[in-house]
Amino acid sequence: MLQIDRWKRVLIFGICLLGLLYALPNAFYSRVEAHNDAVAQIEATGVETPELVAARDGWPSWMPSNLVNLGLDLRGGAHLLGEVQVEQVYKSRMDALWPELRRALAAERDTVGAVRRVEAADGLLTIEIGNPDQMARATEIARGFSTPITTLTGAGQQSLAISAQGARMTIQLSDAEKALTDDRTIQQSLEIVRRRVDEVGTREPTIMRQGEDRILIQVPGIGSAAELKELIGTTAQLTFNPVLGNTSDPATQPGAGQFLAPSVDNPGLFYILEGSPVVTGEDLVDAMPGSDENGQPSVNFRFNPTGARAFGAYTSANIGQPFAIVLDNEVISAPVIRSAITTGSGQISGSMNFDEANQLSILLRAGALPAEMEFLEERTVGPELGQDSIDAGKVAASVGFVAVIALMILSYGRFGLFATVALAMNMVLLFAILSLIGATLTLPGIAGIVLTIGMAVDANVLVFERIREELRTARGPARAIELGYEKAMSAIVDANITTLIVAAILFVLGSGPVKGFAVTLTIGIVTSVFTALFVTRLLTVMWFERARPKKIEV
Amino acid sequence: MAFRLKLIPDQTNFDFFRWQAVTFGLSAVMIVASLVVLFVNGLNFGIDFRGGTTIRTESAQPVDVAAYRGALSGLDLGDVAITEVFDPGFRADQNVAMVRISAQDGTEAVTPDTIAAVETALRQIDPEMTFPAVESVGPKVSAELIQTAIYAVLASLVAISIYIWLRFEWQFSVGAIVSLFHDVIITMGIFALFQIRFDLTTIAALLTIVGYSINDTVVVFDRLRENLIKYKKRALREVMNLSVNETLSRTVMTSGTTLLALIALLVLGGDVIRGFVFAITFGIFIGTYSSVYVAKNFVLWLGVRRDWGGTDPKDPKAKRKNVSPFEGAEEV
Repeated sequence: MLQIDRWKRVLIFGICLLGLLYALPNAFYSRVEAHNDAVAQIEATGVETPELVAARDGWPSWMPSNLVNLGLDLRGGAHLLGEVQVEQVYKSRMDALWPELRRALAAERDTVGAVRRVEAADGLLTIEIGNPDQMARATEIARGFSTPITTLTGAGQQSLAISAQGARMTIQLSDAEKALTDDRTIQQSLEIVRRRVDEVGTREPTIMRQGEDRILIQVPGIGSAAELKELIGTTAQLTFNPVLGNTSDPATQPGAGQFLAPSVDNPGLFYILEGSPVVTGEDLVDAMPGSDENGQPSVNFRFNPTGARAFGAYTSANIGQPFAIVLDNEVISAPVIRSAITTGSGQISGSMNFDEANQLSILLRAGALPAEMEFLEERTVGPELGQDSIDAGKVAASVGFVAVIALMILSYGRFGLFATVALAMNMVLLFAILSLIGATLTLPGIAGIVLTIGMAVDANVLVFERIREELRTARGPARAIELGYEKAMSAIVDANITTLIVAAILFVLGSGPVKGFAVTLTIGIVTSVFTALFVTRLLTVMWFERARPKKIEV
Repeated sequence: MAFRLKLIPDQTNFDFFRWQAVTFGLSAVMIVASLVVLFVNGLNFGIDFRGGTTIRTESAQPVDVAAYRGALSGLDLGDVAITEVFDPGFRADQNVAMVRISAQDGTEAVTPDTIAAVETALRQIDPEMTFPAVESVGPKVSAELIQTAIYAVLASLVAISIYIWLRFEWQFSVGAIVSLFHDVIITMGIFALFQIRFDLTTIAALLTIVGYSINDTVVVFDRLRENLIKYKKRALREVMNLSVNETLSRTVMTSGTTLLALIALLVLGGDVIRGFVFAITFGIFIGTYSSVYVAKNFVLWLGVRRDWGGTDPKDPKAKRKNVSPFEGAEEV
């Protein structure tokens, strides 16, 4: 007989109710969005203005406030795909190596002879020495600048690849070091782009690495891709400033020539800093994570000669005093000077783990983009066009929905009505899941939803047609319903798994809007199978228990 | 008796193989025609696949394509295509055109200067003109996009054929794949014939068609498998006809509801996704046709092993093929 355990019924109802609860905020999109923005802003600044409070109270805080993320094609905004010219870093590394190598070789001028750099392709450092027979010694000196690579994949390799032929020696980064450098360059570029985009404060930008050397940047609500490019092009300000004191009161008025900067690590802490920096980021050559003499994580950095001189003079005069590393008017770190740093390289150590050291080194290098970016793809969508698309999508979805309902009820009567309820529930669950996982709804995504409306009834149709067939064999109605569900099962499973395969491939290989379509299609398949197999069935069983019909018509 | 709309009567007994020569011929003609059109006309690739820039313009004044072309002629942009866009959803004073500029030299997508120059030139026609969308794809990316698109379609075909082979038998898998190629090629032929823009979203549409068509085919196959066990002695052709007749009502209902939703989207969904929706709508027709007339006909032609469960091995209709050890081990 048709039986569904009570706990199963509670579970099915529970899922539907949860779905309703989590889909609901989307019905009040702008209000919930204002609420979310206000909460975020109050949290970030700690300031409550009447407008912000009003916006916050526009939606009860105990209610779920997750929304479906609208894609650029719906909200309007700019999309950029940039390729980082990672090879530029190889060149600058070689250019930086040359003066040091020249100094080292010049010290042994008597053996190796005169040294000069020869014109070579970018990323190669080719030098010629006066005494070719002493090449072995020269390479030995050059090898001194190479360091072993410590990552798992590059273990046993050196950072420099050095080859010699006759009087010429060619140095370049080894493949393992290139891979490491590429990775660092991309991370650094990502970090810089993120900081710069965050500055404009638009809502939820997407900044992510794509493939080996590409960065995808999507910023909703920005006027054009050109504007976004300009924004990314501006240089972040890195400075090293003397610390005069600190406070927890953001309203503190700093003295003349001084300024107040918040701490990144300790929210609520503000530093009072000397306005003129000791050294600026332009003088920083490099920063890398490392470890100090006690094996503790640290960040090692290096200045150019000008920076080294200024930094050396300042540190020797201020031992025991803190100085602040300031990036875009925020204090990243304020270490205390332990000893004079005259070599141009220094070390920041303290209470940090390896991840934090890595992060800080990225931030330190985040002054300027490490390599140029070439923009391969750019798209701008105006907000009105997006709104038009949303409106058109809503109308089309409603009309399609009503037409499908009419066809279902006309064809299957009461059972068609059950299927309709399940279809509505399907939409609710779809939006609930999209909101919960923070998926992005795109224009093809809307098409995916409309397609789901059409296809969602398929599982129901399969079952209903099966019940009809079973009724014809003159079995009792209860048995017919039961058999209908049982026999339709394998067709439903096979049919939906094949569609899932397609959706999965679309998701993996697709980009942008296509991915969005795959997401709605996938979720739509899952929710439609759930609603057809559980919700419709539960409705049928509940009706059946009450009415106890001798005869049913599907 | 309550009223019931029955698109298909309860009991049908169509002979779907009666017109086999005609339907096979029709499919063959459509495929050949599609290939010819594809070869002769080629596809109207959007900027996703050929690189370049599209600018959508919106103006209160009617679009005068010649004037637009005239305004842009002095800019030395290479190949420029201007098309007016019509949509029932537009307001009376909403005149939209798409300006497509071929890819410029170099790998960069487009320079801001070029865009600014185009916008300035077009504003000479209507100072109030707005540009609601500007998209630009560099040639480097477009080549990769073509590659991934082809991979995506092939990967899904392979994945589906493996699934069907595991769930059914290799003959079914071949039948399904043939019908999928059939659907994809004919849909592409339609795109080439009417020169509808073919871009990334079209690929998504093609894959959706693949998904839908296979969905339809699998339902028929599923019933066929069931009936093959039930009626061990009946001719394969007869069992196939019975299976299609039994599932016909479902096929028509599901295609019907899907088409209702899609036609609503086609008419009311706006011009931005019209090409995409058109492809899917057309694909539903062709996919439904192919699951009835192409997929299983191929299976009939290849024959099916019918000694599941080891009973009745001497069925005279059973055809033995060189089968893999996995087949037949499948439950039912």
